[in-house]
Amino acid sequence: MIQLAIEIPYWGQSLLRVLGGLVAVLLPAGTIVYLFLFKMMSFMQSRLGPMEAGPYGSLQLVAEVGKWMQKEDLAPEAADKSIFKIAPLVVLLSTFLLVVVIPFGPDALFTNFAVGIFYGLAVASVSVLGILIAGWASANKYSLLGGLRAAGQLIAYELPMVLATLGVVIQAGSMNLQDITVAQNTGEIFGWGGIGNPYIFTQFIGFLIFMIAVQAELTQAPFDMPIAESELVSGYMTEYSGFRFLIFFIAEFATAGVFALIASVLFLGGWGIPFDWFGWTTIDSVDNWMNVAGPLIMFTKMLVLTFIIMWVRFSFPRFREDQLQTFAWKVLIPLALANTAITAILKVTF
Amino acid sequence: MTTLSDRQQLSYIASQAADARLNVELETEGMTLNIGPQHPATHGTLRIICRLDGEQVVWAEPSAGYMHRGYEKLTEVRTFPQVTSLVNRIDWLGSFANEVPFILAAEKLMDIEAPPRAQVIRTILFELSRIANVSLFLGDLGVQMGAITPVFLAFRDREYVLNLIESATGGRFHPNFDRIGGLKDDLPKGWIDETRQVMVKLREFCDIIEDLLFGNEIFQSRMRGIGIIPADVAKDYGLSGANLRASGVDYDLRRDQDIAMSWDKADWTVWTHPDGDSWARCWVRLQETRESCKIVEQLLDQIPAGPIMTKVPRIIKVPEGEAWVSTENPLGEMGYYVVSKGDLGPFRVKIRSASFNNISIVPWALKGVYVPDIITILASLYFILGDIDR
Amino acid sequence: MAPLSDATDTDDQPQALPGDGLREGIIDDLRRRIGDGVVDTHITPNDDLWIRVQTGAWRQAAEALKAAGFTHFGFISGLDWLPSPYGKGEEDPTAEPQEPDTEIRQGVTGGDTRFQVFARLVDLDRHVGVTIKADVPDEPFAVDSWTSVFAGANWHERECHEMFGIGFNGHPDLRNMYLPTDFEGYPLRKDFPLLSRMIKPWPGIVDVEPMPAQDEEPPAAEPATAASEDAS
Repeated sequence: MIQLAIEIPYWGQSLLRVLGGLVAVLLPAGTIVYLFLFKMMSFMQSRLGPMEAGPYGSLQLVAEVGKWMQKEDLAPEAADKSIFKIAPLVVLLSTFLLVVVIPFGPDALFTNFAVGIFYGLAVASVSVLGILIAGWASANKYSLLGGLRAAGQLIAYELPMVLATLGVVIQAGSMNLQDITVAQNTGEIFGWGGIGNPYIFTQFIGFLIFMIAVQAELTQAPFDMPIAESELVSGYMTEYSGFRFLIFFIAEFATAGVFALIASVLFLGGWGIPFDWFGWTTIDSVDNWMNVAGPLIMFTKMLVLTFIIMWVRFSFPRFREDQLQTFAWKVLIPLALANTAITAILKVTF
Repeated sequence: MTTLSDRQQLSYIASQAADARLNVELETEGMTLNIGPQHPATHGTLRIICRLDGEQVVWAEPSAGYMHRGYEKLTEVRTFPQVTSLVNRIDWLGSFANEVPFILAAEKLMDIEAPPRAQVIRTILFELSRIANVSLFLGDLGVQMGAITPVFLAFRDREYVLNLIESATGGRFHPNFDRIGGLKDDLPKGWIDETRQVMVKLREFCDIIEDLLFGNEIFQSRMRGIGIIPADVAKDYGLSGANLRASGVDYDLRRDQDIAMSWDKADWTVWTHPDGDSWARCWVRLQETRESCKIVEQLLDQIPAGPIMTKVPRIIKVPEGEAWVSTENPLGEMGYYVVSKGDLGPFRVKIRSASFNNISIVPWALKGVYVPDIITILASLYFILGDIDR
Repeated sequence: MAPLSDATDTDDQPQALPGDGLREGIIDDLRRRIGDGVVDTHITPNDDLWIRVQTGAWRQAAEALKAAGFTHFGFISGLDWLPSPYGKGEEDPTAEPQEPDTEIRQGVTGGDTRFQVFARLVDLDRHVGVTIKADVPDEPFAVDSWTSVFAGANWHERECHEMFGIGFNGHPDLRNMYLPTDFEGYPLRKDFPLLSRMIKPWPGIVDVEPMPAQDEEPPAAEPATAASEDAS
């Protein structure tokens, strides 16, 4: 428990956790959308991006949210209405479920699951359900094609993602994300603890596989066959407009942020800076101000990884889905298995 | 006469009946997917009806005509100079190139030739409109494949060319500059130097696109081996332009026919590719853009002094006769068959547009391909709706 | 038929021999293959070649030309030689209405019927093209289809059919190309009116000047660009 000057009753803590969850999901989404989608993409395309709403277009997101919310709530006549309506919420639900296990500081976390990463990867698959539902219930052939492509792709790329995290788990010796963070920050590289032991160095193959799998899980280019704007208009999102489309939109970038947070926990050392710098040894000896600095550090690391995700998105053409599947099954999974095997061998011998 | 709504209903029923008739004939299971007429991938309102079996196309048929403007009928009530402004709008991206074959046909019938200065400037403007057209194609190719960034570079660099065309002719997209006997005006001051600078920029653009798009492994894996059209099939269907040259046929109307333009004054090569797949078609177009820059640069040094227009009467009556002229337009071979009866205007004009033939091969080319490959093949065949539908 | 150019290469003669000799050769080759299917020919010196064939030999001509090397398909379309009874809609409404010209005069290589089909084929190796024409009789108002010879003829014949009404025997699927299925009439026929001109008179009527005398020499002071100003 956080040692604060005042005693917060349990319902207060729960309220704070809920608010923290909302912030942890929506703040990354908003920042990613403005910084990368509006501004970075524009600069890469030699244009300026939104400049009108707010200074340098910073309030564009507010304008967008307002615009989407005041639109008419349409559903196609032939659509299965109830399922059509809950599909975006299912996708957003998986994001919220996922953010629950991410530690933001030594004590700033929502829960402390012993099987944190296992749970995280499991609930990440819930979004596949939402996409499938959206594709089917839209009563539109384009959406159906998009939904089916998504099903195949997302399920195929879950395996490399899981296998990539296996290497981290083996190296850290625990599935608990807090333990993984601590292990990285107290670790040493060849006896030197100067930068801790972020697993990106030892697990660089795992990191690459994980980032590629994340790109595919988010249906971002080059894996955006399910959306494939030039073919399927918007894929499974074609029939959505107004608030429901906003939910999909937010969910897409929120999930990007959350996956980036998980990746920074797994590979970049999470909320921590190497304990060696301050002379801490275990999690309990970490100072309290780390609970405030931790989220900021996580935020920065998330921005770095999301920058990479978005940069790849705006640069590459898209794969055809059979090429995509071939890549997942014939390239990534064997590579991830090999990575796991090598990690296990090295862990035992050293 | 039926009312409009009844007519719409009849059309709808007829199209459904056509679809049903085809269902019975083909007896296949599967989904019928309509690509278009409003669709991000088609350059305009083209509708492609596909019968899919899973993700594979069993049968595909383009349904053109959403943009049919009745050009051949309209030319019958226009005078010869008026047809020029009409004809700009067939291929609206490289629009100066549409005027040239018609003007050359009229000049053939009148048995006059434009002065050398006008011929060279005509050729320069022709090549500039080719660059404008194909640079947009290169950018759009990225968008069709999913790479959303190159198209902005294409639009940015294309603006330079459009500014050039505007400063010379007054119109970015529809110059309406060619006249029987020459050109409307002479070039403005400083145009030649500016064009030289713009050609340097366009060459850089071609290099960037080659690096960004053609060098990308994903792009190559999407394009290579897709939509192979053998040379004899290409000739059967009358493909032209880069589509024909990408199938290995060495034929370029700029080099292979004797025509009152100045391509023979420049030193340039015709690019062919033996593969005949989508990659070849796009690559040939890229190389052609570079060659166009080369041609323009060489011709800029060779503009002779002289009048810009021969002496023609104020009101032009073209003598009776028939003439055919076709040129190597950005989209392919575009030709005009002009029948004149000695009037102010033509008696009949048959417009042979490149995209009509290029798209007629689509039913043949799309058999058995995946849905994403539909987009690849369409993108590589490159059509403009105004050219198909006239 | 226009005479062949001289073999002597003088300065005032266009260098016509290679192309025109080749075109003569093509005509001879075609005559050899389809005999009296060839009705009339026309060569514009150093320029182009027209051949008119009998209606019954329309498809044979295509096969023969394809065998002779004309493998690149250009187009197929139709010609309606009736002068339009509606005029151009540009006449001054206050002037006397003129008698419309009803004489059917076919163009190059002549003809006997009001409608003709014509097509263009190109030989990519010898860089020469040929325009082939054939009469379309009033009964039956059809010619043979070229789809068995050139696959690309499919769409062109559909368009020709919907615009002129000419039937194509042997075409697999002769439905409309551009127009709705229930469209009545054949638009490119001269007796099909261009409705936009019927409804609204051409706004440029007031600018029509009386025709100048029939001389090709304009007055010297006249700017050359006046030709475009006048008619636009």
